[in-house]
Amino acid sequence: MQNSSMNSKFGSKFASICAPRFTALLISCLFFSTLSFAASQQELATNGLAATCANCHGTFGKSIQDGALPSLAGMKNDYFIEQMQAFKSGARKATIMHQLAKGYNDQQIKDLAAYFAAQSR
Amino acid sequence: MDRRTFLQASAALGLSMSALPAWSMRGAKVVVIGGGYGGATAAKYIRLLSEGKIDVTIVEPNKEFISCPMSNLVIGGSRQLADISRPYSTLTKNHGIRVVQDTVTAIDSTARTLKLSGGSSLSYDKLVVSPGVELDFNSVEGLADAQAAGKILQSWKAGPETVALRRQLEAMPDGGVYAITIPEAPYRCPPGPYERACQVAWYFKNVKPKSKVLILDANQDVVSKAGLFKKVWTDKYKDIIEYRNQHKAIAVSAKEGLIKFDVQGDVKADVINALPAMRAGKIAQEAGLANMANNRWAGVNYQSFESTAAKDVFVIGDAIQVAPLMPKSGHMANNHGKVAAAAIVAQLSGWEINQTPMLTNTCYSFVDDRNVVHVASVHEYVAAERTFKVVAGSGGVSAEPTELEGTYANHWAKTIWSDTLE
Repeated sequence: MQNSSMNSKFGSKFASICAPRFTALLISCLFFSTLSFAASQQELATNGLAATCANCHGTFGKSIQDGALPSLAGMKNDYFIEQMQAFKSGARKATIMHQLAKGYNDQQIKDLAAYFAAQSR
Repeated sequence: MDRRTFLQASAALGLSMSALPAWSMRGAKVVVIGGGYGGATAAKYIRLLSEGKIDVTIVEPNKEFISCPMSNLVIGGSRQLADISRPYSTLTKNHGIRVVQDTVTAIDSTARTLKLSGGSSLSYDKLVVSPGVELDFNSVEGLADAQAAGKILQSWKAGPETVALRRQLEAMPDGGVYAITIPEAPYRCPPGPYERACQVAWYFKNVKPKSKVLILDANQDVVSKAGLFKKVWTDKYKDIIEYRNQHKAIAVSAKEGLIKFDVQGDVKADVINALPAMRAGKIAQEAGLANMANNRWAGVNYQSFESTAAKDVFVIGDAIQVAPLMPKSGHMANNHGKVAAAAIVAQLSGWEINQTPMLTNTCYSFVDDRNVVHVASVHEYVAAERTFKVVAGSGGVSAEPTELEGTYANHWAKTIWSDTLE
């Protein structure tokens, strides 16, 4: 990518806004000043990340009725992070979750925690 | 200003399609070919991620969704086909998706139109192609005819053949032989043939204990969960299952109950279950999307699953040329569908496509009616290498078959059906 020198997330967002799309952004902002461009793009990425949990924990983290696994929707932010880290370290035993948790880095776990905490039960 | 007027206005200003702002999604049309784990999930998630702004149509030939995962249990006899079937109506009722029961016969990716076998046509802004695999019956001599006559079944696409194979096993006398032939990888569902062998063996053990299960595998070794399956075959089905590697079937005769191999000697069996070589679903081949591995699989840009052969066309599921260690599974197809859905929503919003999409995979295999083993992995897109890789240290397999994992496998099935269709 052209912005490889910019390491922060904001750097990459900034580059994506400033590049050729600036004109389109300007037009959309003129017409729809409330449009939250970058926030929605980030939200889309987080929604996509959270969707990798949905196969087993349900769409939006809402478990199926009488399911064998917990709903993630509405789970407290700190509790989610604590449990994911416990799966990763092996402190919490599991059949499969200790293997899957190791696929997510600390930032992704934080993003997931915030996403699921914000979902209604 | 409606979308079309805006498109004209933006064209006049020299703006490209990818530079359109978010509200231009409204009225954009996506067509999805195939309502399996990949296509149905893509359709549902496009609706969710665009908050209903994008119009989505699925074209699917089958009346209802019948799950391939869990279908081996119907062959084993512990489930019925109705248990693994779900209606498509929930996609319409819950998400406003139009489901057309038909088959796409041609794609014009320049005009962005499709022809359906019923005679009608559809236009699209973005197209998702999720046709699954085509079974190449001509890869084994005599199989096409035996298949058409209903004598030698594949039962690899869940449906009437799943039940028909069960009937063949029920009709087989005790002391008979069931043989399953496995093609060289890659094929749909790597652990599937070995799970099926367990299911048939479980049925034989309980009802026809003098009968045998022969696994005739074109591969060097068991392709998935090798250690776990081999232990189960020794521990549970010692006198029933026999595994033979390097057995590539090249011909079958239903009349003689005979299988011929490229190198090894002939094998006789009462029930032959031949899995032929597989390739991307027919429409992907005909539309020129299957451009990899001698036109066998469809090449995609893994960041978005957009075809490397056609713009605005996204190929997902079993039909693609896989990234390293990416299985052709229903769970994986569901995850492809979500990444493609997010990429389509991003493109139609004028946003950058997510630089770091993720995929998970979980495959549960039943070794009898309730004990289960799994293989799991997490895959991250590595932009520098333009491919998905398994996250270092993630994933793994079960220690041993357990009933607890059986409970989770049943939960998994119900949940992924809901995540895909409801």
